[in-house]
Amino acid sequence: MNLIKCQNLTLGYDGHPVLKNLNFNIAEGDFICIVGENGSGKTTLIRGLLGLVKPTKGKIIYDRLERNSIGYMPQETRVDAHFPASVFEIVLSGTLGQKCFKPFYTATDKKIALQNLRLLGIEELRDTSFADLSGGQRQKVLLARSLCATSKMLILDEPSNNLDAHSKAELYRLIIKLNREFKITILMVTHDLDHDNLIGDKILSLRGQDFFFGSTKDFVRRLHGH
Amino acid sequence: MVINNLIEIFSYSFMIRALIVGVLLSFCAALIGTPLVLRKNSMIGDGLSHVGFGAFAIASVLGLAPIQFAIPIVIIASFFILQLTESNIIHGDAAIALVSISALAVGTFIVSLTGTNVDINSYLFGSILSISNTDILITVILTIAISLLYLFSHHQIFSITFDETFAKSIGVNTKLYHLAFAVLCSIVVVLGMRLMGALLISGLIIFPVLSAGLFSKTYRSTIISSALIAILAFLVGLIASYSLNTPTGATIIIVNLVFFIILKFSNLLSSSFKS
Repeated sequence: MNLIKCQNLTLGYDGHPVLKNLNFNIAEGDFICIVGENGSGKTTLIRGLLGLVKPTKGKIIYDRLERNSIGYMPQETRVDAHFPASVFEIVLSGTLGQKCFKPFYTATDKKIALQNLRLLGIEELRDTSFADLSGGQRQKVLLARSLCATSKMLILDEPSNNLDAHSKAELYRLIIKLNREFKITILMVTHDLDHDNLIGDKILSLRGQDFFFGSTKDFVRRLHGH
Repeated sequence: MVINNLIEIFSYSFMIRALIVGVLLSFCAALIGTPLVLRKNSMIGDGLSHVGFGAFAIASVLGLAPIQFAIPIVIIASFFILQLTESNIIHGDAAIALVSISALAVGTFIVSLTGTNVDINSYLFGSILSISNTDILITVILTIAISLLYLFSHHQIFSITFDETFAKSIGVNTKLYHLAFAVLCSIVVVLGMRLMGALLISGLIIFPVLSAGLFSKTYRSTIISSALIAILAFLVGLIASYSLNTPTGATIIIVNLVFFIILKFSNLLSSSFKS
């Protein structure tokens, strides 16, 4: 069952295409790693799928998935590490959705936020300030927030950036768990082609003119030229 | 003695008007200032105050009511800055500089060209004597508007301030909030210019948030502390300026600065004790 179909998708800014004529489908339960060098269009593709950049050609079809119900986790460097906010304030904001005015969070919103904190093992940090967290903890908080926005699909932008080996392994373990146990479809951007980072079942490669979409095994075989 | 002094200070109607407008404006400036400072857009207030100065000067030359003339002009300027920034024609602070410096130049140019005797000093540094009953009315309406905006959508404002891309991705109408903030910030700046002056009004937006940020651990506490610090600094500044016979705007900013230094110092002390 496909959640997203990209047909002849061209994305770009100010009339300059960054990605041209992409064709691929994202199926329910997929775990896809998006790879490519800096400037290859990984972020543009993510922004396109989130509806933040309109296709200049082709289309993105959302099937059994609202565009706004994709959970997005930005790169850690995209948010201010010293921002004065508690973990719970940040995670709860994932439940906002499209409601224009929301004076108070409901009991259900708080329950969802707590469930996700518990799921990621950071429940005890709920009243801690974001500024007092380690890089790995901050990533888990952003992941918990994105989980509040979705039960179907997550888009993770280089989640392991700036993490030490231990924190990275821990985060990847959680992401794999979300995919395998909770059947959440995952699209994860990584710029590192190291085997440890290619944890998805499929690869979408935007390296140069060489567009590839297929299984991780086929991609690795192709990468090594056999 | 102190009570007698306070009774004397507030026996003047202009002081009562300054007190009402100042307390409400300090509250509004802190609420508007918190997202602006946290998003690193602090200088937008400064930029808009320069536009306000130009608009005040032109209104005086044309014999129009300054506030009623300046508010729409500053709102248009803030939309223009937003548009320039969003369309990537000119980036953030350069867009603010372009619009504000141009408005300042146009205002000064027209005043000198027409040779009108405009009290530029009161626009630049503020004057509590110039606060009218109309200012009070507009300030009350502004305070109600900002309070309602926060009451109904402070979670959305938090989401946009913390991570705008995420907010957009879940469907928060970020454009609408930017427009609302541009309008409300413009009104705060224009009204505040009467009290604080074009050169100092942005201090009312920035300083309390910076002070609150030194000890606040949550977004909610940052907003509440900013508002309380802003009001307290205004009250101390207003009374001090009357007692010392110093300019009100400058005295309020100096009080804000002293608060900031004290909080920063105690922050450093507590950090060194902890470590």
